[in-house]
Amino acid sequence: MKAFAQLFLSLDETNKTNEKVKVLKDYFIGVPDTDKMHMLALFTGRKPKRIINSTFIRTWAVEASNIPAWLFEESYHVVGDLAETMALLMPRNEHSSNKTLTEWIAELNLLAGKTEEERKIWLMESWAMLDSQERFVFNKLLTGSFRVGVSQNLVIKALAEITKLDAATLTHRIMGNWLPETYTYAQLIQEQGAADDISRPYPFFLAYPIQETSEKRKTADEIQLALGEAGQWQAEWKWDGIRAQMIKRDGKIFIWSRGEDLATDKFPELHPFLNALPDGTVIDGEILSFQNGLPMPFNVLQTRIGRKTLSKKIMEESPVAVIAYDCLEFEGGDIRNKTQAERRVVLEELQAATLYPETFRISALIQFDSWQQLGEIREQSRAMIAEGIMLKRKSATYQVGRRRGDWWKWKIDPLSVDAVMIYAQKGHGRRADLYTDYTFAVWDGDKLVPFAKAYSGLTDAEINKVDYFIKRNTLEKFGPVRTVKPELVFEIGFEGINRSTRHKSGIALRFPRILRWRHDKPKEEADTLDNLRALLDG
Amino acid sequence: MAKKPLLEFTDKGIYCARGKFYIDPWKPVDDAVITHAHADHAYFGHKHYLAHHLSREVLYYRLGDIQLQTVEYGEKVMKNGVEISLYPAGHVIGSAQIRLEHQGEVWVVSGDYKTEDDGISTPFEPVRCHHFISECTFGMPVYQWKPQVQIFEDINKWWRSNLHNGVATVLVGYSLGKAQRILQNLDLFNGKVYTHGVIENTNEALRRNGVLLNPTERITIDTPKDEVRKGIILAPPSSVGTPWMRKFGPYSFGYCSGWMALRGAKHRRAADRGFVLSDHADWDGLISAIDATGCECVYLTHGYTATFTRYLNEIGFNAREVHTLYGGEEENPSNLSEGEALNEQVAPVNEALPLGEDLGGVS
Repeated sequence: MKAFAQLFLSLDETNKTNEKVKVLKDYFIGVPDTDKMHMLALFTGRKPKRIINSTFIRTWAVEASNIPAWLFEESYHVVGDLAETMALLMPRNEHSSNKTLTEWIAELNLLAGKTEEERKIWLMESWAMLDSQERFVFNKLLTGSFRVGVSQNLVIKALAEITKLDAATLTHRIMGNWLPETYTYAQLIQEQGAADDISRPYPFFLAYPIQETSEKRKTADEIQLALGEAGQWQAEWKWDGIRAQMIKRDGKIFIWSRGEDLATDKFPELHPFLNALPDGTVIDGEILSFQNGLPMPFNVLQTRIGRKTLSKKIMEESPVAVIAYDCLEFEGGDIRNKTQAERRVVLEELQAATLYPETFRISALIQFDSWQQLGEIREQSRAMIAEGIMLKRKSATYQVGRRRGDWWKWKIDPLSVDAVMIYAQKGHGRRADLYTDYTFAVWDGDKLVPFAKAYSGLTDAEINKVDYFIKRNTLEKFGPVRTVKPELVFEIGFEGINRSTRHKSGIALRFPRILRWRHDKPKEEADTLDNLRALLDG
Repeated sequence: MAKKPLLEFTDKGIYCARGKFYIDPWKPVDDAVITHAHADHAYFGHKHYLAHHLSREVLYYRLGDIQLQTVEYGEKVMKNGVEISLYPAGHVIGSAQIRLEHQGEVWVVSGDYKTEDDGISTPFEPVRCHHFISECTFGMPVYQWKPQVQIFEDINKWWRSNLHNGVATVLVGYSLGKAQRILQNLDLFNGKVYTHGVIENTNEALRRNGVLLNPTERITIDTPKDEVRKGIILAPPSSVGTPWMRKFGPYSFGYCSGWMALRGAKHRRAADRGFVLSDHADWDGLISAIDATGCECVYLTHGYTATFTRYLNEIGFNAREVHTLYGGEEENPSNLSEGEALNEQVAPVNEALPLGEDLGGVS
């Protein structure tokens, strides 16, 4: 655990990519192989199981810290991270421990079969033998809230330099369903992919945005300059659903979401078409809710995903289908190195052969002769229930991760309204102890009705100014939430708008964020609820 | 009728009506007693100032031609029948707690203070009193400082490793207090100490005041960059991210502040290294300092006042929260202030910057 705690500390101590890679390499070289695999699992989002209920952890942490519970809560609001709060509040350790990461995780897993009292004893003893940095990472393991300030890419880069394997291969080998207890380092680095897990998905290829924000709108000429002739590109609608990879191998099917969650059971409607695919087929596409042959807005699908069990009702209200746009494996062979155009032919043949065209759809190609023309077509995105347009170079291979060059997303400009900030709450992580989470309202007659929360979009300097304003203009406090004097106006951008029975305003926004601070607008000139309703698609 | 208290909190500052003077007022008054020379305590525009000897040159440097009387710790000054004396606060060189006595009743205004002996400021001395007015900048139990010797060991080790890696070392801390505390604890076998103009001006003022500081070299337009990169650069918070600082790159940039105790605060400043070094008392320091006064009532002026007041009352003190303009307020880690940032931003009238110095924006 000492090495793992030091890894965290060292990663925290530098903002520079090269140094982070060096720190990661030093860690890999210095620890046993089982620790390497546990670290990989944790750093690639495979959260440890939460065995102890977090309410108990908190209660016992308060006890170990020897302060009143309310003060513990206040401290948490200041620190903004539970694991860190607990680590800071406990008295210095009197003993120390040399257990490895693997040993700690094994002990933690053993707690599953223990009583509450036994768990408490174990936890109290563990805290007493860890220093504050070790305690911090240990608490992260306990609470299962593992977020590290390094991307998977960097971890892979460090590992690639040590093992002399290429990054794409390693990325592929750590995809999918594996446990650090059973997947060994030797298996990970062996030269041949023998005995590969048949469920393993390929790393997703992700597109870069062609324009970052609506302020930086690109003209047809600029796109021509950046991407070259329109004829080299294939265009499709950018669908607003769940990105998924569907696998049929050895008679078995697997559906993976982009978050590397195995979601096979969540979409039973897709099973017939997947089962009917030839073995050794992998398809990349988007899962959406469909009705009468038309995609439905994302919130319909979202409601369905939120449910623990799939009732008959929800499946009737929100039946899903796939819009396929790529084929990564065909007849058991990895075809990611074929061109986009070649893979498209394979995909079209597969789809043409399906007996389930209702659930196995294909992403239609948009016909266009010039960027100018495509720009005009893009204006119809909302009517198509699409988020904009995807551009793929016809000669492109299917690559690993987010890469510039061959895949671009050209999203529609967000909708926007001017709104007044009325509530604020402190943020977490690097925004701890700063008011960064805001609730916005629009006018309904002479009342301000809250309609959206937004966290992002302001610069650090602006956040400091807003924070300063909030601390001096608080009307009321409700726990961590402050009611703020309605005065500051912001332009709020969002991707879509829908009716909602759950919100006071009767509407729900998709991806709300702050576009800019309207210093020029007094609160009286903010938008009204009627303005928002007028944007509803109907 | 109840007797009027000796001190009251007004919109100009802490006021002693009987003695007709203010302590650390933030609006112009006739007679001001100053705890220390940081800008949120020593404002411009008063007719008369009283402070400790060791604050003299810094006050002249920052506030210009003021009418200033200085005294030694423990020396008594009478104003309209109220006895005033200063006691060490351990915050920065020349910082003082103000003790007032009238008809057997004693009040103490702490100003800013820390309980650890930093080796350069006269160490904090508890003063028995009936009423204690205390800061509580770090009045949360998550703030617990390690002894400074450990922190300086880390700092010197970091400096050495930067030399080894061929990157320059930039260490950021407030120009009055933190900068000198760092300077006196650096391992000068590693190399020379170079200073930003704002820090060097303060150093010079302190040297005029008879304070012995380790040798430093002011960075001017003529200072060879390669030489600077072999030493360590002491810079104020206002220089972070400015072209002045960037020209020393590649560098590793360390930040010395109590706020560095929290990862979030450290990340916000994008510092390569955060060193938890504060000139304020930590949680235990505050409680032990308040306890040592034996006071009947403690008033909390700035910091996490609401939380700290509640806790003190729960453990048996008689504590009250009061509103002042010191520090930021309840939650000031958002600005760069540990009390002093104002200094760097409201560039005092005679902040004579050496020619050619590029300070960049100070936003």
